[in-house]
Amino acid sequence: MEVTEPRKYIYSDTELDRHEGQEIEELIASSQQPIPDPDRWLDEDIDRNILVTSVDAILNWARRSSLWPAICFPACCAFELIAANASRFDLSRFGMEILRASPRQADLMITAGTLTWKMAPQVRRIYNQMAEPKWVIAMGACGISGGIFRSSYNVVPGYNRIIPVDVYIPGCPPRPEALIYGIRMLHQKIAREHTDIKLTPF
Amino acid sequence: MTVALSGEETAKKIAEQFSGAVIEASDQAILVKSDSLSEIAKYLKDTPEFNFDYLVHISAVDYLDYFELVYQLASLEHNHSLVIKTRCYDRENAAVPSIVSIWRAADFQEREIYDLMGISFTGHPNLKRIVLWDGYKGHPLRKDFL
Repeated sequence: MEVTEPRKYIYSDTELDRHEGQEIEELIASSQQPIPDPDRWLDEDIDRNILVTSVDAILNWARRSSLWPAICFPACCAFELIAANASRFDLSRFGMEILRASPRQADLMITAGTLTWKMAPQVRRIYNQMAEPKWVIAMGACGISGGIFRSSYNVVPGYNRIIPVDVYIPGCPPRPEALIYGIRMLHQKIAREHTDIKLTPF
Repeated sequence: MTVALSGEETAKKIAEQFSGAVIEASDQAILVKSDSLSEIAKYLKDTPEFNFDYLVHISAVDYLDYFELVYQLASLEHNHSLVIKTRCYDRENAAVPSIVSIWRAADFQEREIYDLMGISFTGHPNLKRIVLWDGYKGHPLRKDFL
């Protein structure tokens, strides 16, 4: 039987594969424990003074009123997110109808769906590319803990293994009402955040 | 509608060409020896009477005692189809001949079977993992995985 020659690549045949495999293995090794959820907002009340509070109020109002989600929807929860965006539930009421294809222009990552380890480096890259301040909503059972796929051989058991999560929305999938409720919770959380403003002397 | 060729009658014609290659034949499928798989595949593709120019699907089944590979063939000209099967009894170094040089459609499917089932295809030009990442340990669709 005649056998055709192996295909020639620009890179050597397995260099890209080795690189990808190594990246995923390193990510798995460094993601064995969940990242603690951000809790800095919990004791902000104590640290505040009157002057900064008013600045915080404006900043936080502006930030929570124009949350733009990044497009990163690996699986089926995306359809509930799309439904929430469409006319019946109308996310634009909260100033977040624009889904940004570029993570540079996004503040919020809604992790709608099951994540596999092969996809995990890309999701983390999207998160890293988002400009501060940024927030993450873990949407659905898979986003929280891996869901029914948790014991599978290639599923990330919860997004908080690779990125810090601010709000968890249970459901499989959560209805748009639940998603909107979670977003309102995130609004309340943002409202209590505190920003240090450093004035540089001239 | 596509006519499924009778496995028994086709097996007789194959057995005339390659004696001892057919192990058993039922109405639905023909079980052949894996050594003569590529010869039979070439014969089924090149004979005008059959002209199986289209490989629909390859699947692998783990029966614990052996792996069974199922090849679904079709002819676009004659609008008929056929299923041939072959078995692989070695679990540690499972290997069957590749048919990429006969049907290019087998390329990615054999890679997927190699990736998830751990059956290597001798003669495949680019046999490496296609779904999982390089360095993954084990073959998840095997019955004894985990």
